[in-house]
Amino acid sequence: MFKLIESVGKYLMLMKRVFSRPERMRMFLQQYLKEMSQLGVNSIGIVLLISFFIGAVITVQIKLNIESPWMPRWTVGYVTREILLLEFSAAIMCLILAGKVGSNIASELGTMRVTQQIDALEIMGVNSASYLILPKIAALATMIPVLVIFSTFAGIIGAFASCWFGGIMPATFLEYGLQYAFVEWYVWCAFIKSIFFAFIIASVSSFYGYTVEGGSIEVGKASTNAVVSSSVLILFADLFLTQLLMG
Amino acid sequence: MIEIDHLYKSFDSKDVLSDINTTFENGKTNLIIGQSGSGKTVLMKCIVGLLVPEKGKVLYDGRNFLAMDKKEKKSLRTEMGMIFQSAALFDSMTVLENVMFPLNMFSNMTLRERIRRAMTCLDRVNLNGAAKKYPSEISGGMQKRVAIARAISLNPQYLFCDEPNSGLDPKTSLVIDGLIHGITHEYNMTTIINTHDMNSVMGIGEKIIFIAQGKKEWEGEKSQIFSATNEKLENFVFASDLFKKVKEMEERKTVS
Repeated sequence: MFKLIESVGKYLMLMKRVFSRPERMRMFLQQYLKEMSQLGVNSIGIVLLISFFIGAVITVQIKLNIESPWMPRWTVGYVTREILLLEFSAAIMCLILAGKVGSNIASELGTMRVTQQIDALEIMGVNSASYLILPKIAALATMIPVLVIFSTFAGIIGAFASCWFGGIMPATFLEYGLQYAFVEWYVWCAFIKSIFFAFIIASVSSFYGYTVEGGSIEVGKASTNAVVSSSVLILFADLFLTQLLMG
Repeated sequence: MIEIDHLYKSFDSKDVLSDINTTFENGKTNLIIGQSGSGKTVLMKCIVGLLVPEKGKVLYDGRNFLAMDKKEKKSLRTEMGMIFQSAALFDSMTVLENVMFPLNMFSNMTLRERIRRAMTCLDRVNLNGAAKKYPSEISGGMQKRVAIARAISLNPQYLFCDEPNSGLDPKTSLVIDGLIHGITHEYNMTTIINTHDMNSVMGIGEKIIFIAQGKKEWEGEKSQIFSATNEKLENFVFASDLFKKVKEMEERKTVS
C-alpha cells in the first residue's frame, strides 16, 4: 500500500515536470510530429485489421444469438453499431493500443534511461521529462480519436463483409439497423473517452519507462508493468467515464 | 575553475563520499582516479548536479551550484559538456543531428550556421564523413568521438568525462585521450576525467586526485605519483606488472 502511494506521488511529481512550457517550440513540434507518426500512424494497420474482424464477428454473434420471430432483423445492425461505437472502438481498442503503444513507450524511455541518454539531456540543461514525454502525450491524444474513427468504420465494413461474403443476413437490414435511432452524442462520448485513455497510456507508460533503474531486465519489467497498469486504469476510467457521460 | 568544498554524499545511510575537498584547475586535464566503486562517478554526478550531496559546496568559478535556482542552473548547464561512459548518443538521431542537438536547443543560430558549427566540431574529431550515419552504424571509438563533438558544440567552459576509454582498445584510447587533452587546451576549459586507466593518467593527467572508499587519499601531479607514499595509491597505481617495472626504472634513475 505504501509503495502504491509512493508511486502515485512520484507519478504526480513527474507530471508536474512534464506539463511545463517547452524550452523550444520548434523542437517540441518536431517531436510531436515524429510521435504522431510513430505512435498513431504506425498503429492504423493493426487497428483496421482487428476492428474489421471484430465488426464481422459481432454481427455473426448477434445474428446467431438474438434470432427470434419477435425481434426485427435490423436489430443486429443497431446492436453492432452501439457495441462498436460505445465500447469496442474506444475502450477495447485502447486496451489493445496499451499493449502495442504502451510497451513501445516504456521500453524506449527505459532504454534511454539505462544508456544514460536521459542523463545527457539533463546535463545539457534540457527538461528531459517535458522534452520526451509531453510530445508523446499530445501526439497520442491527437491521434487516438482518429484511430477511433478508423476503428468504427473498419468494424462497420467488417459487419457488411459478413453479410456480403458470409451470407449471414441481407445487408439492407444491417444498413437500416446501423442508421436506426442514431445518437450523435455517443460519437462524442467515444472521442472524449479515448482522449482520457490516450493520456493514461502515454503518461503511465512514460512513468514506468522514465523511472527505470538498473539494466535490460528492469526495462522489460517496466514494459510489462506499463501495459498492466495502463490496462487496469483504462478499465476503471471506462467505468467512471461511461457513468459520467451517459448515466 | 571548479572548487569542491567539504562534500558529503550517502545512500541509505551508507557514506559514499565523505569530506571531499579539492580544486579542479582551468585549462588543465584534471583526473579523478580510483578503483571501481570508490565513489568517482558519484563525485562527478554530484559536481554536475545529477545527484544532490547532503553537505558541501560545488563552486563554478566562485558560483555555488547547489545554491542556484532553476534558471541559474539551466544557464550554467549550457557552459557544461559531458562525455558518458556509454557515449549516450541519441539512437534516433544521426551523428550530425546528435552534434546539432545542443545548438538546436540553446542557440539562436540559423539552420545553416548550426550545420556549419556541427560540421566544424565533427571535423575537429575527424568524423565529418560519418555525419549521416546513426550511432548504431559506427564503432565504439567513433561514438566517443561524436560524444566529444556534441560536448564541445556550445563552446563549454567545463568538460566532464566519465571513463571515456572504457571498452576501447589501447590505440583508440590514445586517440580519445589526445582529443580531450587537445580540446581542453584549445578552448581553455576546466576538464575533469574519471578514469582507472593508468595509461590515461600517465599520458594526459595534469592534476590527479585519488579517491578510495569515498575519501580523497591523495592529490598531486603525475610526476609525483612515483614518489608518493600513500599505501592505497601505491596499491592502485602499481597493481600491474608494467607499472611496477616503470616504478623500478624510475627508482633506478633516481639512485643513479
